[in-house]
Amino acid sequence: MGSPANGQSTLSGWGRVPVAGREQLSENLEAATRGAVLCRGLGRSYGDSSLPANADDKVVATRLANRILAFDPESGILRAEAGLCLADLNRLFIPRGYFTPVTPGTKFVTVGGMVASDVHGKNHHQEGCFGAHVQSLRMRLASDDIVTCSETENPDLFYATIGGMGLLGHILEVEFKMHRISSPWIWMESERVGDIDEFITALSNAAPRWPMTVGWIDCLIRGASLGRGILMAGRWATPEEAKAKPPPLTRKKTLPFEFPNWAINPLTVQAFNVAYYWQHMNHRNAGLVGTDPFFYPLDAVLHWNRVYGPRGFTQYQCVLPRAAGPQAVREFMELLTKLGGASPLCVIKDCGPEGKGLLSFPLEGTSIAIDMAISAETQRIVDRLNEFVIAAGGRIYLTKDGFTRPEHFAAMEPRLPQFLAAREKWDPKRRLRSAQSHRLFGDRA
Amino acid sequence: MKAIVLGGTSGMGRAIAQRLAERGDGVFLLGIGDTELERSAADLKSRHPSRVDVGYAVCDLEKPETFAGALDAADTALSGFDAVIVTAGLFGTQEALEADIEFTRRLVTVNYANTVVFCEHARKRLLERGGGHLTVFSSVAGDRGRKPVAIYGSAKAGLSVYLEALDHKFHAAGLSVLCVKPGFVRTAMTAGLKPPPFAGEPDQVAGDVLRAMDARKPMIYTPGIWALVMLVIRWLPRFVMRKIGF
Ligand SMILES: Cc1cc2nc3c(=O)[nH]c(=O)nc-3n(C[C@H](O)[C@H](O)[C@H](O)COP(=O)(O)OP(=O)(O)OC[C@H]3O[C@@H](n4cnc5c(N)ncnc54)[C@H](O)[C@@H]3O)c2cc1C
Repeated sequence: MGSPANGQSTLSGWGRVPVAGREQLSENLEAATRGAVLCRGLGRSYGDSSLPANADDKVVATRLANRILAFDPESGILRAEAGLCLADLNRLFIPRGYFTPVTPGTKFVTVGGMVASDVHGKNHHQEGCFGAHVQSLRMRLASDDIVTCSETENPDLFYATIGGMGLLGHILEVEFKMHRISSPWIWMESERVGDIDEFITALSNAAPRWPMTVGWIDCLIRGASLGRGILMAGRWATPEEAKAKPPPLTRKKTLPFEFPNWAINPLTVQAFNVAYYWQHMNHRNAGLVGTDPFFYPLDAVLHWNRVYGPRGFTQYQCVLPRAAGPQAVREFMELLTKLGGASPLCVIKDCGPEGKGLLSFPLEGTSIAIDMAISAETQRIVDRLNEFVIAAGGRIYLTKDGFTRPEHFAAMEPRLPQFLAAREKWDPKRRLRSAQSHRLFGDRA
Repeated sequence: MKAIVLGGTSGMGRAIAQRLAERGDGVFLLGIGDTELERSAADLKSRHPSRVDVGYAVCDLEKPETFAGALDAADTALSGFDAVIVTAGLFGTQEALEADIEFTRRLVTVNYANTVVFCEHARKRLLERGGGHLTVFSSVAGDRGRKPVAIYGSAKAGLSVYLEALDHKFHAAGLSVLCVKPGFVRTAMTAGLKPPPFAGEPDQVAGDVLRAMDARKPMIYTPGIWALVMLVIRWLPRFVMRKIGF
């Protein structure tokens, strides 16, 4: 992956670390993906998965290919072009009583990107990943042929594509099953949790009772209160509980300028975390909230990624298996604090069983995600965290990653040989590739 | 509103058609490519909980003989239209046009002569039923002779003047003519060009256009910042225009 020269056009992921390259916008993916090396949606992946390995690679941006091709109100099955944005899907279908079966923490993603990363959400413990709800995919292969795949048709291609980070083929169309919802409101309860052990117990107690759970933790508190934070649980409100009017669409505020590098430092982060924790004055809160503040609190400020300044940032997200015990989570948090992984945002979530996507991220256990401003220390911190995760039998999330070493990834991913075999079959020359696959799988630049 | 959108399968036309369908307006698509028309019609139907009367017909701006038939088909399908929106057109960079004289002939014919002919068909039908909306995409490129858009801009200049005159002539008769002047908008058409800092998105343009139609405005720049940019460009003296590359 080349560092861009002056004046050269660049692409970057959500972490804002640019590489040389340009995207070709297209409304007609069938035409545009011929000869393409990589597709990208809205670039909400943090690291290098949506970036070209070589500045001259043909990268197709799918966001204008946004047509809904079919919807059956009976079954909820919807077929759309891969560039359809989740924000549009929500706007159109929440009022009609349907919602995406799985949503990530931002609505500015495309359905193609949701398949390629096999995204998970607050309901993972009950519903699994997005891929579990996909009926079929229409794809352009490396050979330039167009095929359909599903559980029964080309199943090896199907499962290697779900969570496969765009490396098996370009997704042209996605067919998936929407969920019926009882109202456009969420009944949410939140409570303050004192430390990390309490957190893990609280999450697993909430799991059978609540379809959606997530926790925010303060990563900077050390000692007895390590891992204190707030647990949020929610379910769709019944029509009787719901307010008469639908919840308002949150106005998009754009962070108009980039913060300087020093804006996010251990002191400001600590101040933010303390304020956030104590703002939650009551031990327990409950009430109705709209879908936007519940699922997408960060979307309220568009381009919030500019707070990290010109140096950019990354996110470290890993999952530690249930078998490793709560002890592993505590040790991970201790290691993180020791390494100085300052972060205003640390999200914890218990995951349900592993899905069928060959490189899909979640496995039964605890997932932890931390934002980190990029510095000279980042590579060392990621390496240390990865060594810990490998020893615990966990893994990292590719869509957030920009720093993991190939030998570390291979050590944490027992399914990798199976994935590479599928690639060998469908793209033996490894024509489809990204900066991430160049880094992790040794694909040519 | 019952609207015909010529060019509604792609770019800004697609965004406009989607917004119309979402707010419950009747939409009839005109354009080329059967599959594209069919897929777009399916999309428009899915965007509204109860709308089913979305239709389409083939109409090629390069073939004036298809215009009358296509408008009649739309009229029947919508049982009377009251808005015609034209976003279709050809685009080529100045280099591409200078290198290919036949492309130059096609582009100037489609973007000026044939578009005017199409508008004449539409205008007559609208006036017969007491007016309505005629919304046509021109361009900021038509505001001033400029080096990078010498040929493309000249056709758009002609189109803008025609639309202005239509407004003068038929406003009183109930016809709202809207000349849309988009600046740089990120679509497949402009893919490969380097976007300026305030490049627009198709959906943003669509919102501006529908608001302008509802307010019966005769002309808009979109994104709005281009009104300012073009104000400056229009007043630059010739010796400056000769020097700069813009
Ligand atoms: C604020 C925020 C919160 C988030 N929360 C969550 C969360 O809770 N859970 C979660 O799972 N993720 C989460 N994410 C990550 C995000 O959901 C994924 O990175 C998602 O894939 C981004 O979608 P995109 O359309 O922007 O894809 P991009 O970032 O553009 O691309 C991501 C990957 O998908 C591939 N891809 C995209 N489109 C296609 C296509 N048509 N065909 C083939 N490959 C394609 C790309 O090649 C790339 O490998 C979050 C991200 C942000 C910024």
